[in-house]
Amino acid sequence: MIEVQGVTHAIGPAAILRDIDLALPRGALTALIGPNGAGKSTLLRLIGRLEPLQRGRICVDGQDITRTPTADLARRLAILGQNTGIASRLRVRELVSFGRWPHCHGRPTPRDRSAVAAALQMFDLEPLADRFLDELSGGQAQRARVAMTVAQETDWLLLDEPLNNLDLAHARSLLAQVAAMAGQGGRGAVIVLHDINHAAAWADHVVALKHGRVHAQGPADAVLTERVLSELYETKLSVVQHAGRPLVLHHHAA
Amino acid sequence: MSLPLTLVSVALVPLTLASLATGAADVDLMSAAHDPQAALVLMQSRLPRTLAVVLTGAALALAGVLVQSLVRNRFVGPDTTGTAEGAALGLLAMTIYAPAAPVWVKMLVASLAALGTTALFLTIIRRLPAREIMLVPITGLVVSGVLGAVVSFLAWQADLIQQIGIWLGSGEFSGVLAGRYELLWLAGAAAGLAWFSADRFAILALGDGVATGLGLDTAAVMRLGLLVVAVVTATVVATVGMVPFLGLVVPNIVARIMGDNLRASLPLVAAAGAALLLACDLAARLLVRPYELPVGMILGVVGSLLFLTLLHLRPARG
Repeated sequence: MIEVQGVTHAIGPAAILRDIDLALPRGALTALIGPNGAGKSTLLRLIGRLEPLQRGRICVDGQDITRTPTADLARRLAILGQNTGIASRLRVRELVSFGRWPHCHGRPTPRDRSAVAAALQMFDLEPLADRFLDELSGGQAQRARVAMTVAQETDWLLLDEPLNNLDLAHARSLLAQVAAMAGQGGRGAVIVLHDINHAAAWADHVVALKHGRVHAQGPADAVLTERVLSELYETKLSVVQHAGRPLVLHHHAA
Repeated sequence: MSLPLTLVSVALVPLTLASLATGAADVDLMSAAHDPQAALVLMQSRLPRTLAVVLTGAALALAGVLVQSLVRNRFVGPDTTGTAEGAALGLLAMTIYAPAAPVWVKMLVASLAALGTTALFLTIIRRLPAREIMLVPITGLVVSGVLGAVVSFLAWQADLIQQIGIWLGSGEFSGVLAGRYELLWLAGAAAGLAWFSADRFAILALGDGVATGLGLDTAAVMRLGLLVVAVVTATVVATVGMVPFLGLVVPNIVARIMGDNLRASLPLVAAAGAALLLACDLAARLLVRPYELPVGMILGVVGSLLFLTLLHLRPARG
């Protein structure tokens, strides 16, 4: 479980997060949703210790992240930031192999190699494995970055808008893979999602942020309702059921 | 061994032999085993010069890769980050205030000064907007220029302008003799040590977010990189003078061919740096025989041509 207690964060004079208390369950895919500027990415980056914690406490499986050595955390928790512009000229396989670095520190064992091979296969990257990243399309490069994070094989996977640049087939496949990983192994995934319907289709648990505060949190069915979402986005929208999951209709004022 | 590394290593053999065979003295080196005159020329002048060129070329090219990883920008080298000027400042201070200090103390001060000015440059560029990639090299040129002006002013006051011309000129190998280049082994060793941390530097270059996510102690890797770059640059400045352009162009050429998986590419960077500087030094010695041209001039011409050619070739597909 990831516990967030009393986290408040400011960048300069601007308050980004105020008094956030959360408990994110294992064995579930948690979606972080909310309007632009709600503090979703900042919260994810704080949990992933990419930003220094200003106030409050964050524990991953009972371990305080500010007291856990960063190298140990890298074996429990993998995080992919948004728009990680990678300027290095690396081949896809080399990039994904760096995902194993927390485990092997550059001396790959057969287990590391098989994890890399599995990640390449999972994201449809085998035909591209020997291509340079700067010669790929935006979506292909994004898949390579996600594959690196998945190859880290941590209990927790934190992804910030991982569907950026992905076509619908790869977007669905990515969420299906992550949901399966979270569900089967008792691991956990926390994903910042921009498209509310991706959350509706895959998330078990939803945290909605607005103006740096928790607007609603709980099981997907409880949060993804017309009332909560209309308030969250300050936009009238309707929620219907489709194939047993909520489907949010928001594209046109009805 | 990769094909490019094999090719460059093979090219190093004739270049080294040619460098040993070239010089003002007309001696037959094949007879060095029984001719004391030839042996003297070989051991006191030719071999030290060749080694100095090889060590400088390899170490500066490796320092270039490191500085580019630290800065995450391809358009900088140890000669455009204030590093060389810092080293010169340290050496100048020692020449003025403690001329009798042992060489290792002078080197230590020069390295610390180079470390300080490079850290200053890093601090400045941290505040630049990340997307403006050309601001980094421009800032580097400004920092180097300002520091260079300070060095020149102090040297002018102390009547040491000529010394500065050697330290920050364009590489001066004609003065290399046995006993006057051995510090360069330190530069070679420092740069060689970087290979053991190649993965760390490659991960650092992926950006703070990725590096921290992978559990890398980014501050420690930065410190190690800074230290290596400062020691290499200070040593080169103190012994043969800064060779411009090499630390910029060689890493870029190698990255085009092999990419940035540093553990695989650093040996090629070292070999290519050594081969390019050897070739340029040979040309500098042969073109106006028995006089010499500044090696930096040849390097500027050859390096830019190489670089432009590579840029205009279609990028090699994996």
